[in-house]
Amino acid sequence: MAKIEWMLNGTPISSDIDLSMRLLDYLRDHQHLKGPKEGCGEGECGACAVLIDHQIANSCLVPMANVAGHEVVTIEGFAKTKRYQIIAQAFIDCGAVQCGFCTPGMIIATESLLHHQPQPTISEIKVALSGNLCRCTGYNMIIEAITLAAKRGRGEW
Amino acid sequence: MVEARIPHSLQEALILMSQATYTIVNGATDLLVQKRSWSGTIPKFSQPPLYIRGLKELDYICERSGMLEIGATTSLETILHHPKTPKILQHIILTMASPAIRHQATLSGNIQNASPAGDSLVGLYLLDASIVLHNRHHERVISIQDFIVDVRKTMREADELITKVVLPIDKFSQCAYTKVGPRKTDAIAKVAFGGLIDIENDRIRDIRIAFGAVYKTVLRSRKIEESLMGKDRSAVPEMKHVLLEGYASLIQPIDDQRSNRWYRKTTALNLLEAFLDSISR
Ligand SMILES: Cc1cc2nc3c(=O)[nH]c(=O)nc-3n(C[C@H](O)[C@H](O)[C@H](O)COP(=O)(O)OP(=O)(O)OC[C@H]3O[C@@H](n4cnc5c(N)ncnc54)[C@H](O)[C@@H]3O)c2cc1C
Ligand code: FES
Ligand code: FES
Repeated sequence: MAKIEWMLNGTPISSDIDLSMRLLDYLRDHQHLKGPKEGCGEGECGACAVLIDHQIANSCLVPMANVAGHEVVTIEGFAKTKRYQIIAQAFIDCGAVQCGFCTPGMIIATESLLHHQPQPTISEIKVALSGNLCRCTGYNMIIEAITLAAKRGRGEW
Repeated sequence: MVEARIPHSLQEALILMSQATYTIVNGATDLLVQKRSWSGTIPKFSQPPLYIRGLKELDYICERSGMLEIGATTSLETILHHPKTPKILQHIILTMASPAIRHQATLSGNIQNASPAGDSLVGLYLLDASIVLHNRHHERVISIQDFIVDVRKTMREADELITKVVLPIDKFSQCAYTKVGPRKTDAIAKVAFGGLIDIENDRIRDIRIAFGAVYKTVLRSRKIEESLMGKDRSAVPEMKHVLLEGYASLIQPIDDQRSNRWYRKTTALNLLEAFLDSISR
């Protein structure tokens, strides 16, 4: 056990914690933040994605030691922003959500992309989504949704 | 009992490593997969983990004395987007994992992992990269070829940390990297091929060829490369047969769950042939 200082969804936290605990387990079991999901548990599906310092990361492969001094935002924290509203509405309008299991990770991947590249090309969108699996949509609708979000949200990122 | 630690400086890390044996944990993208257990359980390490990913002193990429230096905790995604990163390494990093993994993963982790299919290694062999290691008392600089001795074995001693990787600045006119895997992203290579060439007035000034996942380490033959140095590019087609035979005798792939010997060898030689054809064109 050791103490780490970090930020979770905008709030500074000081956690006395096992440094090897996975961030995903901490979020789901200790903070009851169930947005990040465990799909594969080994970095391949993106269902557990969160933002660390505005960049997408798979929380199933992040030990708590590695969040010390960093800012973590889960889908629950991001949902309070205007940018989330724009992305979520674009996902709804394009039919980019079916069962919804991948959706928190897809929205986190979208925010990570638009934060660095507000007007992405289709191939940049594909690279940004390359670590997120979706069993339902076939991806086209998600790509359309991101294109639409970038257009509607011009100036937001 | 020795406990898991987050050192606050390189010096603190090296002192801790001189006092006990730790498992170095950097981006953790290899280690947390290897140590994975049921969800909700804490990953178990055989030696206490030393978490170095937060060491800011080692998080840099910069040009110094005509060389590119990459600190050990710099993320793959940072290296990918740096303007001085050699093209071959950019191509390679783009085939590695996904952005989410690349934001956490490091080059030093890929090197110390020493997998025959480790993608960055093909680029580091081609570029003749050097690995810089530190322990509490001294520094060692070792070429990548010498550093990696076998499957998952390197020359690193238990008290040593890889602190940086040093590469020459790009001077090649043409580069190629092909990774053959089951999926474009998040896939381990069945076979990988990399080639670099520097041509001036149709003459081959420098040529380098390397294969991944077809031998216990990355495979590169300086002897074969030398047979091409100084030749006119138009001479390559008539040399092709001998070159292919030369590499065929060196390539020794294995059968595993990802692929088999025959497929790996055939594909590796096909990729080489395509590269050689592109030179004479
Ligand atoms: C989904 C997924 C996809 C992947 N795709 C690829 C791929 O396409 N190609 C590929 O090559 N790899 C791939 N990997 C493997 C992994 O991401 C890379 O090997 C990565 O570069 C490891 O870096 P890390 O910092 O996360 O290493 P860690 O897991 O932290 O460490 C790996 C090893 O290196 C040692 N180590 C780390 N840093 C140092 C140091 N500074 N000094 C001494 N020892 C050190 C550790 O002790 C450990 O033995 C993938 C992994 C996952 C989970
Ligand atoms: S659960 Fe983390 S990537 Fe699949
Ligand atoms: S909507 Fe079902 S997995 Fe993507």
